[in-house]
Amino acid sequence: MKLKKNVAVSESGLLFNPVTGESFSVNPIGVEILNLLREENTDEQIYSSILAKYSTDKSTFEKDYEDFIGILTHNNLLEKHEETNA
Amino acid sequence: MSKQRYERPVIKKLETGMPNKFGTRTEYQPMTHIDGVPVAKLMKEYGSPLFVISEKTIRSTIQKAKKAFRTRYPRVQFAWSYKTNYLNSICSIFHQEGSWAEVVSGFEYDKAISLGVDGKKIIFNGPEKSEEDLTKAIKNDSLIHIDHLDELYTISELAEKLKARPRVAIRVNMDTGIYPMWDRFGFNYENGQAWDAINKIMHSDNMELVGLHCHIGTFMLAPSAYGIAASKLAELALSVEQKFKHEIKYIDLGGGFASKNTLKGAYLPGSDTNPTFDDFAEVISSALLNSNFKQEKLPMLILETGRALIDEAGFLLGSVISNKRSSTGRRNTILDIGVNILFTAFWYDHKITPAQEFTHYSEDTCIYGPLCMNIDVIRESASLPLLNKDDRVVIHNVGAYNMTQWMQFIALRPNVVLIDLEGKPHVIRLRETLDNMNNMENVPVHLKKFNL
Repeated sequence: MKLKKNVAVSESGLLFNPVTGESFSVNPIGVEILNLLREENTDEQIYSSILAKYSTDKSTFEKDYEDFIGILTHNNLLEKHEETNA
Repeated sequence: MSKQRYERPVIKKLETGMPNKFGTRTEYQPMTHIDGVPVAKLMKEYGSPLFVISEKTIRSTIQKAKKAFRTRYPRVQFAWSYKTNYLNSICSIFHQEGSWAEVVSGFEYDKAISLGVDGKKIIFNGPEKSEEDLTKAIKNDSLIHIDHLDELYTISELAEKLKARPRVAIRVNMDTGIYPMWDRFGFNYENGQAWDAINKIMHSDNMELVGLHCHIGTFMLAPSAYGIAASKLAELALSVEQKFKHEIKYIDLGGGFASKNTLKGAYLPGSDTNPTFDDFAEVISSALLNSNFKQEKLPMLILETGRALIDEAGFLLGSVISNKRSSTGRRNTILDIGVNILFTAFWYDHKITPAQEFTHYSEDTCIYGPLCMNIDVIRESASLPLLNKDDRVVIHNVGAYNMTQWMQFIALRPNVVLIDLEGKPHVIRLRETLDNMNNMENVPVHLKKFNL
């Protein structure tokens, strides 16, 4: 999974999708995940990175992460597999 | 190195200029303490969910209400509306503050007597009073508010039988300019029913008409309606004086003052828009003082305010069971608080505050209860900080009606804790147990065994 190339994310958590013109607000942990996605980290790498920094357990984060990815997908912010492979 | 506090990742689309049914974020500070007692400690000791009542808030609210009326009108008496919250400790606080008892059933009447309330200071309202109830009330010289003619004739017969002269009032319904007009309690003013009932009482020798009562509505947002009601009752009282040379001792305007809750569908929060005690007092006092009563013959003003005196003192503490998404992507949060114990969730958009630190990020959320019932919705739409499983929340303004209209449905009802003026918690109603429920049942012998 990878964040679409042209999606811009500011440090303060403002996300802009130039294709649709839509803007989003993201919280700090969300920004961290977006940056990890942009760097093409795997899910496992993202889990260990977040779990090392925040006081939560894997099952809680995994559930929240999947939910977050679901919303990113719903808003068309992630590249599809074919696009990633291309 | 210690780890940072975890918050769920969240992304929210920015929609400028679009109407939003969830409204803007309303919570800026967590509610970690109630009257100086940590919410976390209360829940650890007494469980979740948990009702908490602040004695300090009850006393300051009733004192504020009394001040609003007594600075404007010389003779004011509050009577605690038992149906709003009849936990013994709560009734006792109001009685300590000088309130009489206002009851609407034999059960409530007996409760007031068992608490030690003088029968003369019990107002007996309600459409159903059995002969047994009325006999007790007559013997105790209570104030009986007559709801219909059948009751009037029953009281007359009992008075003769008991050789007593009960003190009665009639309940009057009327058009006060509000919609819907409540015309189910008592006798109508406009069509002459009320005057007819008054004449029947005055012409019978065995009852003493001491008061006039009305109950014009509930959660009233227009103080002016009380002004109209007070004027109409004053006019009736003056007519009685003119025709029978009989003095009506009191005018009772019933209950119905709105609390600070926000009604469903209201655009602005109730805490900002609902009338204050001063607003109600100003209109009611003016109506009575401007009527034709002579200064020395002003009737006592009785108020049966319930909701506005207790709502703010009640809190319901609970925990997050889970977060999930609906089929449309909406955030759903499930609490361990259901409509079985928060009946007023059907009427209000209750204010909900997390009881632990949170960031400024919020999420449009639908808050569900734990019942396996589709109607178990606490807030259909709320913009709340991000809540995690097991997080604690405080629901505000739950003091009125919930601890009387709650249901033992699916689950057992929780502890109720009162925090006293020194900040000491007391359990004033114990959490129910399975034994409590089973003790009320009998299983016939032939049903006691089964093989599966």
